[in-house]
Amino acid sequence: MTDTQKTSLAGQLAARFGDTLTITTVRNETVAELAAADLIAVATALRDEPAFRFSELIDLCGVDYLGYGQTEWDTETVSGTGFSRGVEGQAQGRFDWAGRPRGDGENQPRRFAAVIQLLSIEHNRRLRLRVFCADDSLPVVPSLTLVWPGVNWFERETFDLYGIIFDGHPDLRRILTDYGFVGHPFRKDFPLIGNVEVRYDPEQKRVIYEPVSIEPRVLVPRTIRDDADLMQAKAEAADHWREN
Amino acid sequence: MQEIRNYTMNFGPQHPAAHGVLRLIMEMDGETIVRVDPHVGLLHRGTEKLAESKPFNQSIGYMDRLDYVSMMCNEHAYVRAIETLLGIEAPERAQYIRTMFDEITRILNHLMWIGSNALDLGAMAVILYAFREREELMDVYEAVSGARMHATYYRPGGVYRDLPEQMSKYRESPWHKGADLKRINSWREGSMLDFLDAFTADFPSKVDEYEELLTTNRIWKQRTVGIGVVSPELAQQWGMTGAMLRGSGVEWDLRKKQPYAKYAEMDFDIPVGVNGDCYDRYLVRVEEMRQSNRIIRQCVEWLRANPGPVMVQNFKVAPPSRVEMKESMEALIHHFKLFTEGYCVPAGETYCAVEAPKGEFGCYLVSDGANKPFRVHLRAPGFAHLSSMDTIVRGHMLADVVAMIGTYDLVFGEVDR
Repeated sequence: MTDTQKTSLAGQLAARFGDTLTITTVRNETVAELAAADLIAVATALRDEPAFRFSELIDLCGVDYLGYGQTEWDTETVSGTGFSRGVEGQAQGRFDWAGRPRGDGENQPRRFAAVIQLLSIEHNRRLRLRVFCADDSLPVVPSLTLVWPGVNWFERETFDLYGIIFDGHPDLRRILTDYGFVGHPFRKDFPLIGNVEVRYDPEQKRVIYEPVSIEPRVLVPRTIRDDADLMQAKAEAADHWREN
Repeated sequence: MQEIRNYTMNFGPQHPAAHGVLRLIMEMDGETIVRVDPHVGLLHRGTEKLAESKPFNQSIGYMDRLDYVSMMCNEHAYVRAIETLLGIEAPERAQYIRTMFDEITRILNHLMWIGSNALDLGAMAVILYAFREREELMDVYEAVSGARMHATYYRPGGVYRDLPEQMSKYRESPWHKGADLKRINSWREGSMLDFLDAFTADFPSKVDEYEELLTTNRIWKQRTVGIGVVSPELAQQWGMTGAMLRGSGVEWDLRKKQPYAKYAEMDFDIPVGVNGDCYDRYLVRVEEMRQSNRIIRQCVEWLRANPGPVMVQNFKVAPPSRVEMKESMEALIHHFKLFTEGYCVPAGETYCAVEAPKGEFGCYLVSDGANKPFRVHLRAPGFAHLSSMDTIVRGHMLADVVAMIGTYDLVFGEVDR
């Protein structure tokens, strides 16, 4: 994909939709963020207008931004106490249902997002749309099933895993989880070990559900190192141990 | 006058033609399909959620288990997404190796598909022939990675190790000895590339054999011609990619249109169908096997002539060699940090796709700068294809549903993830 094509996509989008879209281009990938209320109109225009012709919706998925950028192991300030062992964190996989992280009760309008990947076969280019849900206790996004019918299952999947409700979807049922499943398992406050386990009970002669018996166990702490190479080089430059 | 009611029928999840664990609830009017409701998710393992709790490299092995008949292509999408965020690029030799193994994987996948699809439609013999060649290619997988299916061979920054100098041989056994043993080992005297050279020289004649069994076979044509017609518009509306899209005459292949690895340097053709029915998709996939064979030959030729590194020399991402680790303190620290904590990927997001045998396999990766991904979403082609089932098979006969499941080339590892 050439650069001129790419810059022209961001430019074309800005010219056509103005303030409706917030456009960023990183590494030749164009991302447009928009409000849920504008989604249907923008999507229809992107599909039909000759300048865009995004004939295919490649993918739609949910993202839960709860805990984005949180780290379990502070590595920047090594004090006299030394490093912790990094085993007490609360990140993904390290809590059960009772110990799940709870928000402070306030609405986080940028917690749930639906991310859409579009593909224009005619112009050979891609576009990513992101729609944040305004209310995190009842995340709603309008359904795109009337624009691209193929989004049907992707929306069902996102509803199943994240609990994002697609307004206007003809058949919003669970798709990937078990029949009778409770909860939305890909949310960041849903435990990795789950809540129930299934086994065959020879006495009752049927499959039964029980509360999980396993313990949450993640061995590697979640760590964020910003430009580790750079920081290390800087620290080494400041350190005069070589001279002493 | 007798009253006739529609009948609701359950198909699967345990059924030989269900390709795994597909369950269909079908509303039938006699033998005609009125409505189909596929139930999926019986193989849902939460791969994407599991990946969020592990350092990046530890999830490569999960990718093999998604579409478990096109293993390395899945790895390729995931690894490319990480490389994009890290801003690194694999050495040229690694890129050629990846291109070659993507195509080996494509042949592996299409062999599985042609065998099982023919079996579904009543042609018993094809799968026996297809698995003969699959066996040889799985030996190549084994030679390079140690595993016959779930290779975990690609790494961000290259591939795990260089191609082996020796191809594995059959040992003497009560079933293979003497002249027989010599015959089955005749390709395996040299390196893996020699073996692939011999294999690819022979493979087109093997494809001829499959075609002889099917292409002009009257029963095969009765079961596939005009069945499951997908118009180009319909294919695009339903997010179809790969052979499903090309079978309808849309010239779209990521290897040509958005080339990755070394596909831009390869000389190959993209077959497209005309009518968009099951028969055209069959022809497209058979031709793809021949084209993959061509690509493998070009890669073999290049790889023979150009030795070199297969992994980036950035020890923040790739482990140092074992020998170096034993001698250098620096290398030991790098090794320790990489295998305990992993590497941190700069914050950002990307979507990277590869042309997997079944269609576009994509990886949407969000990183917040940590040593574990914040969100991985895997875009499986089979999931999008299967969702169009209801629209396409309405009005078809019950037996055509089986033809359609076959032509979708479904594998539930990737549909359910």
